[in-house]
Amino acid sequence: MSLPTASQTAGPYWHLIDFPEWADLTRAGGPNAGVAGERIILTGTVTDGDGAPCADAMIELWQAGPDGAYEAGFHGFGRCATDEAGRFRFATLKPGPVPGPGNSLQAPHITLAIFARGLMHHLTTRAYFAAEPLNEADPILALVPEARRGTLLAQPVAPGHWNLDIRLQGADETVFLDI
Amino acid sequence: MSYPPIPAGAFPPMDLPSYGSTHKRHPDQPPVRIPHTLTETSAPRFTPAAYPAHADMSRHNGRAAMGERIILAGRITDEDGRPQPGVMLEVWQANAAGRYHHARDQHDAPLDPNFSGQARVFTDAEGHWSLTTIRPGAYPWRNHHNAWRPVHVHFGLHGAGFAQRLITQMYFPGDPLLELDPIYQGVPAGARERLIAKFDLDVTKPEYALGYRFDMVLRGRLATPMENPT
Ligand SMILES: [Fe+2]
Repeated sequence: MSLPTASQTAGPYWHLIDFPEWADLTRAGGPNAGVAGERIILTGTVTDGDGAPCADAMIELWQAGPDGAYEAGFHGFGRCATDEAGRFRFATLKPGPVPGPGNSLQAPHITLAIFARGLMHHLTTRAYFAAEPLNEADPILALVPEARRGTLLAQPVAPGHWNLDIRLQGADETVFLDI
Repeated sequence: MSYPPIPAGAFPPMDLPSYGSTHKRHPDQPPVRIPHTLTETSAPRFTPAAYPAHADMSRHNGRAAMGERIILAGRITDEDGRPQPGVMLEVWQANAAGRYHHARDQHDAPLDPNFSGQARVFTDAEGHWSLTTIRPGAYPWRNHHNAWRPVHVHFGLHGAGFAQRLITQMYFPGDPLLELDPIYQGVPAGARERLIAKFDLDVTKPEYALGYRFDMVLRGRLATPMENPT
């Protein structure tokens, strides 16, 4: 047995591995070109404990395809740099429900991993879709105290456009998941 | 299937008083532990066909970068020593003068038009990877008075499960800045030393470049929990 290699911050210069087109999982010529599904936009703003924007964060997106399967006809990975206002923006296809522990079913969700200067290891959270009936029985959401569950619910801001802000610290802090 | 939790003593804390950028960015609340589902045990599939490898940072557009050419090589295994094939490594670093090819890096050191500082390689069936680069320079940062980062190379790893996702930094042996660096020192003793590459004559190529070995360990192993199969 040996310990897993220690995590270290991605630092402020991780953009050397930024490929801005990866933020659009539906891009022409990309791995999912031609895959059928409901195209959605997922945006958000990352802020710190002072409410200041995190302008140098890397957000990675990981999700199932519209059929609820991982990496079976839909490449569910994206990456986006936050801008000067701390905002990120992904274009993707809405994932389907995913099998959960036992015979349970997980509501459609998108995993977001946050890397940044000052994060000694990345933070993981999930974006669920507000008002989705399957949320009520989702086995992961059920583990989150009800008062904080809203931090995992992306809200519709326009047809096909969902928003989920990420607060790293303080009041209304986002629920991060220990995975 | 699930990965065991990260063992105590392996990772640095999120709240590191000596590293100023953690102060307002570390969560106050503990993370909510969840069982691993397909979401955590599967991972994006990256292949060289779709994500072309480029393993030589020492040249750019056919021209040699300035500085000391070196070879980095290593093996990626899991906690039980099992090799991890097909891992995509994303690598980035400063140039020999300690300057990143990055708009926000304002350190008064020269850029090198022949050094982009970014590579992508994959592990083979036995978990081995290697690349050629230029030994990076140390660079100043504003964490505290006269703060300098030790010489380092950033590594990002994509394993077989999203729960294995890892970004880390590799350091060089004998660097006097290591004992002064909050980011390196933030890792518990016993774990941090393993972030230092070892000079290796077997990786070294005669008449070409010194070689360093840097082995990494991903979380594992992927085990079936003691649940009744359905
Ligand atoms: Fe760096």
